[in-house]
Amino acid sequence: MGFLTQYVIPHFNFWIYVILLMIGLYAMITKNNLIKKLIGMSIFQTAIILFYVSLGAKEGGRIPILTGEVLYAEKKAQAVAYGGEAAKGDAADLPPPMEKESDSADLDDGDLTDELLSYGKNFGDDSDDDDDEGIIDPDAYANPLPHVLMLTAIVVGVATLGVGLAIVQMIYREYGTIEEDEILAKVKKGEGKYG
Amino acid sequence: MGGAVQSWNPLWACLASLVAVVPIVWFGKRGMANAREGATLAAGVVKFGLVLSMLPLVLGGEVVECTLVEITPGLALAFRVDGLGMLFGLVASGLWIVTSVYAAGYMRGSKEHAQTRFAAFFAISLSATLGVAFSANLLTMYVFYEMLSLATFPLVTHHQDKEARTGGRTYLTYLLGSSIGFALPAMIFTYVRSGGNLDFSMAGVLAGTVTGGEGLVLLLLFVFGFAKCGLMPLHSWLPGAMVAPTPVSALLHAVAVVKVGVFCVIRVVTGIFGVDFLRELDVAVVLSWIAAFTVVTSSLIALTQDNLKRRLAFSTVGQLAYIVLGVSLLTPLGVTGSALHIAAHAFGKITLFFCAGAIFVATGKKYVSQLEGLGKKMPFTMTAFLLGSLSVIGLPPTLGLLSKFYLVMGTLQAEQPWLLVVFLVSTILNAAYFLPVVYRAFFPSPKVGGGRPEKFSWAAVEEAPLACVIPLCVTAGLAVMFFVVPGVWVELASSLVGGLK
Amino acid sequence: MVEQLPAIVVLTPMVAALLVTLLGLRRRAWCFPVVIVGLGATLAAATGLLVRVYRDGPVDYFMGGWEVPLGIGIQLRVDGLNALVLMTVAVVALIVGVYSFRREEDVKVPAKTVPFYTLFLLLVTGLCGITITADAFNLFVLLEVTSLTGYGLVAMGSSKRGKVAAFNYVIMGTIGASFILLGTGYLYIQTGTLNMEGIREVIEAQDLFGSTTIVVAFILMMVGVFIKMAFFPLYGWLPNAYSYCPSTTSCILAPLMTKVSIYIMIRFMLGIFGAEYVFQAHATAIVVWLAVLAVLAGSLLALAQVEIKKMLCYLIVAEVGYMVGGAWLANHWGMVGALYHIVSDAIMTLCLFLGASILWSRLKARRIDDLSGAFRKMPWTMSAFVLGGLAMIGVPPTSGFFSKWYLIRGGMEAGRWEYVVVLLVSSLVNAILFFRIIEIAYFGKEPAESHGGAHGEGDVEERVAAPRVRLVALWAAAILVVLVGVFNGELVSFIEKGLEGIPIIGNVGGGN
Repeated sequence: MGFLTQYVIPHFNFWIYVILLMIGLYAMITKNNLIKKLIGMSIFQTAIILFYVSLGAKEGGRIPILTGEVLYAEKKAQAVAYGGEAAKGDAADLPPPMEKESDSADLDDGDLTDELLSYGKNFGDDSDDDDDEGIIDPDAYANPLPHVLMLTAIVVGVATLGVGLAIVQMIYREYGTIEEDEILAKVKKGEGKYG
Repeated sequence: MGGAVQSWNPLWACLASLVAVVPIVWFGKRGMANAREGATLAAGVVKFGLVLSMLPLVLGGEVVECTLVEITPGLALAFRVDGLGMLFGLVASGLWIVTSVYAAGYMRGSKEHAQTRFAAFFAISLSATLGVAFSANLLTMYVFYEMLSLATFPLVTHHQDKEARTGGRTYLTYLLGSSIGFALPAMIFTYVRSGGNLDFSMAGVLAGTVTGGEGLVLLLLFVFGFAKCGLMPLHSWLPGAMVAPTPVSALLHAVAVVKVGVFCVIRVVTGIFGVDFLRELDVAVVLSWIAAFTVVTSSLIALTQDNLKRRLAFSTVGQLAYIVLGVSLLTPLGVTGSALHIAAHAFGKITLFFCAGAIFVATGKKYVSQLEGLGKKMPFTMTAFLLGSLSVIGLPPTLGLLSKFYLVMGTLQAEQPWLLVVFLVSTILNAAYFLPVVYRAFFPSPKVGGGRPEKFSWAAVEEAPLACVIPLCVTAGLAVMFFVVPGVWVELASSLVGGLK
Repeated sequence: MVEQLPAIVVLTPMVAALLVTLLGLRRRAWCFPVVIVGLGATLAAATGLLVRVYRDGPVDYFMGGWEVPLGIGIQLRVDGLNALVLMTVAVVALIVGVYSFRREEDVKVPAKTVPFYTLFLLLVTGLCGITITADAFNLFVLLEVTSLTGYGLVAMGSSKRGKVAAFNYVIMGTIGASFILLGTGYLYIQTGTLNMEGIREVIEAQDLFGSTTIVVAFILMMVGVFIKMAFFPLYGWLPNAYSYCPSTTSCILAPLMTKVSIYIMIRFMLGIFGAEYVFQAHATAIVVWLAVLAVLAGSLLALAQVEIKKMLCYLIVAEVGYMVGGAWLANHWGMVGALYHIVSDAIMTLCLFLGASILWSRLKARRIDDLSGAFRKMPWTMSAFVLGGLAMIGVPPTSGFFSKWYLIRGGMEAGRWEYVVVLLVSSLVNAILFFRIIEIAYFGKEPAESHGGAHGEGDVEERVAAPRVRLVALWAAAILVVLVGVFNGELVSFIEKGLEGIPIIGNVGGGN
C-alpha cells in the first residue's frame, strides 16, 4: 500500500506510459502479422508522446497564449520556472531547485536578460521564483514546450507509420502475405533474393 | 659515430626502382621486351649508383638522414643510412643488377607468361627492400616490410596454378599474419613504453622501461613477428615460396625478403632493445636456443630434400638462423658476424639459386638425383655451384669463411661453448648436403650413362643461355673476390658495434 | 554569408531536394546536375566550416536568431568533434552522387529517378543536421529524417528481400529512435533544457551525477543509439538491410549511417553527459567487453559469408565494435582513435562498397566465387577494391593502419588487453577475407590446370570496362583512403585540438 501511495499514484502518468510502452514493444517483437507490428509501433510512439505531454501539464494551468512583448518574458520565465517545478515534483533524490534557477539565469546575461528585467522587477533577483509576482505567473499556464516538441514527434510518427505501411503493401504485393513466418518460409526457399 | 648528413639520396635510391615501374609497364604493354629489360637494368644501375654514392660518407663514420613526412605526431617516415643499412643496401641493390640480367634470360628461356607484371613487381619489391634497409625507425621499417610482403605475392604466385596458389596462401598467411599478429602489437607496445619514440639508437629506446618478463615476450613477438627471418616454427613459408620462378627465389628468397627478416631482427635487438640493455635483461639466450634448434633441424631436413630448390630453401632457413643466433649472442664479434653473414650468405646463396635456375632452363631438371654427370655438360654452372656451396658452408676461398669465423668467435666471446658445437655440427651438415651434389655432378657413379632406362638425352644438353650463365659466374666471382678483399664489408659490419664493450 | 555557413550546410541539400523534385518532374535529365551542384555546395560549405573551426575554434549558430535561454532556440554547433565528421559526410555524399550517374535502377525503372534523388538529398540533409546540431530534440528529429529516407531508399530496390529487410529496419530504427526520444524527455525533466551544453552544465553545476533520472536517461539514450549503429548484440537488422538494397543506396548508407550514429554516441557522451559522468562508473568495462564481442561476432560471421556485400556488412558490425570500444576506453588515444576511425572507416567502407557495386553491376558478381578472374576483366576496379581491403586489414600507409595504431595504443594505455587482442584478431580475419577474394579474383575459382600458356601478355580482349564516371568515384575513394592515412597527423592534431580541455580524455594522460 505504501508503495502504491508513494510511487504509483503521484506518478501515475509514468506508470501508464511504461505500460503502454511495454504493450507496444511486445507487439512489435512477438506479433506475426506485419500490420500488428506496426500497430505496436504506433502504441509505442504514442506512449512516449503521452509521457511528454503529461510533463507539460499543470494543475489549473491555462493554455499558454500570450500577446505582444509579454511573450518574451513568459518564455524566459517558463524556461526557468519549469525546471524548478519539475524537479520538485520528481524523484526525492533531487537537490532543491534553487541553484539551478540562478544558474540558468546566469547562463546568458545577454541583451535579452536586460530587456526582461525591465518587464518584471523581481524577475532577475534570485529569490524564490515560484511565487514570482512578475508580469506573468508561470504556474498559471501549462508548459507549452513539450507540446510543441510532440507536434513534431507526431509528424515523425505518422511519417514512420506511413513508410511502414507502404513497405508492408510492397511486401504483400511481392509475397502475397503479411504473415512474417510465411514470408520467412518463402525467403528461406530462396525466393526473390535478388531483383 | 660521426655526424649526420642531410641528403635526399636515400629517398632517391629507394624510389629509383619504383619510378622504373612506369617505363617497365609502358614498354611491356607495347611488347617492347628489350626496352623493358633495358629500363629495369638502367634503374638497377642508377639505384646501385645512388647507394654507392653514400658509401664514402658511411665509411667515414657518418650517417645519411632524411625525413619524408610526419606520419603521426612525433613519428616520421624517415630514412637513416648507417653501416648496417648500407651493407644491406649495397648487397640488395648490387645483386638486383645481376638478377635482372639473369631474370631476362631465365624468363625468356623458359617462356614465362606475364613478364611485364613480373618485372614491375620485382622493381617494387626492391624499393621496399631498400626502404627497410634505410629506415630510421621501427614504423618506417614496418611500413616497407608490409609493402614487401604484398609486392612479392604476385611474384611468388607467378605461375597462377594450383601449386602457386597453395604456396602463395602459405606465404601470405605466415608473413602477413605474423606481422599483424605479433610485430604490430609489439611495436605499439614499444611506442607506448618508450614514450613515443621508435627511432633506432645504439642505447635502445626500450632501455630501462621493461621488466625481464615483458622484455622476453616483446623480443619473441618481434622475432616471430618478422617471420621473414624464417625462424622455426614459422619457417615453412620459405620452402612453400619456392614455387616462384627461380629469379624470385634467387634474389628475394635468398637475399632481399629473408634478409629483410633478419635485418629487422638485428635492428630490433641493436636499435630498439639495445645490446647492453638486452644483456642486462638476460633473456636473449632463449632466442639463441630457438635459433640453434632451427640451425640443426633445418640442416637435417635439407639433407632429405631431393628437390634442389627445396634443399636450398631449407639451407637458407638454417643460414638465417645463424644470423639470428649471432646477434642473440650480444657480443661485438657475434653481431659483426651476423651483419657480415648477411652479405656472405647473399653472394653464396644467390649463386646456388642461379645455378638451380640455369639447370632447370637447360635441362628441365629439378631434382638432386637427376644431376649426375652434369658437370661435364655445364662446367661453368657447376663450378659456380661449387663456389657457392663453399661460401655457404664457410670454407675458403669465399667470404663465407670470414663471417663464420666471426660467428664462432662470437660464441667464445659470449662464453657459450654449446653454441659453438651447434655451429660445428651444422657446418658438417652443410657440407653433407651440398658437396655430394657437386661431387656427383662431376664424378658420376659408373652406372649412369650405362643401362639407365631414361629417355632424357644428355647429348643435347649444353650450358644455359648466356644471360643466365654470366650472372652466376659474376656472383660466384664476387663471393671469392670478397674473401680476398673483405675490407668494405667488415668495416660496415663492425661499425654497428663500435660503441659496444 | 560566412556567418550563415552552418545553416547553409544543412539547407543546401534540402533545397536541392526540392529542386530535384520540381525540375525532375519536367525533365529527368536535370536531376543529376542539380544533385551534383547541391552536394558540391554542401561540400564547399563544410570545407568552409572546417577551415573556420581550424582557425578560430568552435562556430555557434542560432537558428532564426533565437538564443538558447528561451528554451526554444535551436543551436547548431560546429567544433573539433564534428567538423571532420561533417566533412566526411559531405565528401562521401558527393562521391556517391557522382557514382549515381545513370544507375541501373534508373535505366530499368526511370520513374524512380526523381524519388531516389529526393530521398538521397534529404538523407544528406539529415546526416549533416545530426552532425552539427547542438539540441537534443532536434537531433532526434533529424535522426528520424535520416532514418525515414533510409527506409525508403532501402525499400526502393527491385529485390523482394530488400522489402522485408526494410520492414525490419523500420521496426528496429523506430525502437532505437524512440529510446533516444525517451531519454531526451528524462533529461528535460531533470534539467529543464534541451540544449546539449545546457544539459551538461546543469548536470555538473547541480552535481546530478548520482541522480536516477539521469542514469535512466543515459541508459535509454545509449541503448537507442546502439540500436541505430547496429552494436552487438543489436546488429541483426543491418546486414540484410544493407545488402539487399539497390547498390547506390548501400554505398551511401553503409559508410555514413553507422559512423554518424557513433558520432552521436560520442556527442551524447561528451556533449550531454560529460566525460566525468560517463567514465565514472564501471559501465566502461561492460561496454568495452560488448565491443570486443561485437568485433568477434562481426569478424566470425563475415568469415561465414559467401556474398560479397553480406561479408562487408558484417565487417561494418565489427568496425562499429572498434569505434565503440575505442570511445569507451576512457582515455585520450582511444577517443582519438575512435574519432579518426569514423573518418577512415567511412572512406574505406565507401571504397569497398563502390567497388563491390561496380563488380556486381558489370560482372554480376554477388558471390565471392563469381569474382573469378576479375583481376583480368576489371583491373582498375579490382585494384581499388583491393586497396580498400588492405585498408580494412590495416596495411600501412592506408588509413586503416593508423586507426588501428591509435586504437591499439589507447587499448594498451588503458590496460584493456582483450580489446587489443581482438583488434589484432579482426585484422587477421580481414586479411583472410580479402586474400580469399584476391586469390579468387587473381587465380580464378577452379585451379588452373597448368601454368603459363593460356594467358599471354596483354590479354585485353575479355576486359569489361567499368563506366568512366564510376571509376572516377571509386578511385576518388581509393585515393582518399591513402590520403587520410598519410595525412593522419594533421587529422589527429585537429581531433586532439577538439578534445582539448575535456576531462579524462582531453589530455595525453596515463601511459606509464
